Amino acid sequence: MPSVGRLIVPEEVWPVLNSVKGLMITLASTVKGLRKPITQQYPTVPTPVKPRFMGFPALTWDDKVPEPFCTGCMVCIRNCPTQCMSATMKDNPAQAEGTSSRRKIIDFFEINLNRCILCGICVEVCNFDAIVMSHEHEMSTYQRNGDRVDLPALLQVGRKYQEKTGWIPPTVLAKQKKDAEDAAQAGQEPAGAVVTEAVVAEPAVAEDKAESD
Amino acid sequence: MVEVSSTIHPDGQSVELLLNMGPQHPSTHGVFRMVLWIDGEKILGVEPHIGYLHRGSEKICEGEQYHQIITLFDRLDYVANFNNELVYCQAVEKLMGLTVPERAEYVRVILCELNRIASHLLYVGTIGLDAGAMTPTMFAFRGRERVQALFEAVSGARMMHNYFRIGGLKEDLPDNFEQMIRELLPLLAEDIEESDKIITFNEIFISRTKDVGVISAEEAIDYGLTGPCLRGCGYEYDVRKAEPYSVYDRFDFEVPVGLDGDCWDRHWVRVQEMYQSMHIIEQALEQMPEGPVTSSLGRRLIRPPAGEVYVRAENPRGEIGVYLVSQGTDKPYRLKVRPPSFCNLSALKRLLKDAWVADSVVILGSLDIVLGEVDR
Ligand code: SF4
Ligand code: SF4
Repeated sequence: MPSVGRLIVPEEVWPVLNSVKGLMITLASTVKGLRKPITQQYPTVPTPVKPRFMGFPALTWDDKVPEPFCTGCMVCIRNCPTQCMSATMKDNPAQAEGTSSRRKIIDFFEINLNRCILCGICVEVCNFDAIVMSHEHEMSTYQRNGDRVDLPALLQVGRKYQEKTGWIPPTVLAKQKKDAEDAAQAGQEPAGAVVTEAVVAEPAVAEDKAESD
Repeated sequence: MVEVSSTIHPDGQSVELLLNMGPQHPSTHGVFRMVLWIDGEKILGVEPHIGYLHRGSEKICEGEQYHQIITLFDRLDYVANFNNELVYCQAVEKLMGLTVPERAEYVRVILCELNRIASHLLYVGTIGLDAGAMTPTMFAFRGRERVQALFEAVSGARMMHNYFRIGGLKEDLPDNFEQMIRELLPLLAEDIEESDKIITFNEIFISRTKDVGVISAEEAIDYGLTGPCLRGCGYEYDVRKAEPYSVYDRFDFEVPVGLDGDCWDRHWVRVQEMYQSMHIIEQALEQMPEGPVTSSLGRRLIRPPAGEVYVRAENPRGEIGVYLVSQGTDKPYRLKVRPPSFCNLSALKRLLKDAWVADSVVILGSLDIVLGEVDR
């Protein structure tokens, strides 16, 4: 505030002038904000979710066999903080036929999505890559028990997620990473020594193999 | 507001009113109810009623395993989730004598400080609403949304992250995190500056908040106020400085303090804290080392040795404390939280005494309570 102004304008007017100044600041901000709207028109235009987004849990499908990854081992059920899942297992008929390596397979699986708090603990503890946090989040229903989803529904959501994201089982991913690291190390170690063409070619082959896994 | 009852004042002239405010009042920041006893426009007394959001979190903790409790801490102060997760994880780590990988500590600090900014931005928006200004809310929420988008990319959830783990983190940051945060920081700085400029020195806002809800530093300490509410009184106390946890001793930052302990000072302290948080994040980004982020524990069941521990940390709202008693099993024997909002709210009776009815909302807003934490 210029002190000259204080001499000319009486003291009582200052609050008014300051208010006007505040208004100008707000107006300037508003005009600035007008340039690019950031409001998302959510229900009409779906908001994209981030790759790591944790939606409702879903079960994955092993295309190679084909059967669900889940063996019904109940680890996720014991670790769920809200006790919202239940499952039973059965002997896997495909194993007797020799087409599958899973001795047990899931028979019945239910998640009460109304109780699920989307914490992701089930995914973390599963040893068989059988459960994922899908990107599905608009699953309200009008029935009270409408969100008690069973095995086929879970597999369907999981399938959608697998297709959309090109899902690779985390253990396979970890193995690939480890292989790549090993290969890189194998490539680096002899770097101090004489570099022959054979040594350079080797990691490339290893990497190829890891990718085709 | 609904009139509950009224009595004729002994002098036969004025009427004392009992006013019920809440629990669904938009200005009470959640489900909080106050019964105001007023004479004209003056508040003679106030009776706060809490517990509408009581979920028995502390009791539930006794029945959950250690790694499941993190989800409950997300839901205490649901505006500053990372800060809550941090203090709980630190409590268990202290009990077990675990050391956290360096990188994990830095990631935690970055996320906590971002969360502090998000929380204070929400505060700036709501105090604007409480004082009658609509615009700051929009700007503040825009900034907060940006932070939450980053949180979603990092942890998979906008609010209930469940990202910190005992001894580290759930997983490393996404590959493009560096790029994302470098894009975010300038925008966020702009947002903070804008919401600061638009409201802090606004004439109307100053006249609504200056010399309103004054409390002295001595009284504030007696009431157990912490965080910006205490620092607004001019008392420099910040757990990050007083008892540095995590890697906070490696950063250079200031603790802003107010002068008079009124609503405006509490506001100013919060705004300045946002700038300081930005400063901390920049330093942390520079110092952040590479390396693992998960502990040596792996996925083993967590069974801390028998014993008890108290850990405190600086939340956006003040000092949060966790008292944990373990008997060597996979579930805690007792877990007590000292929530900053609850302790800050205890001064409400004193602050509202002899204030004007119109100021009650501003005073409550300046305490910046989160009911999830008050009621637990
Ligand atoms: S989802 Fe995984 S942890 Fe859960 S029952 Fe199936 S295999 Fe076991
Ligand atoms: S996400 Fe959490 S609450 Fe939901 S089913 Fe999995 S473990 Fe249970």
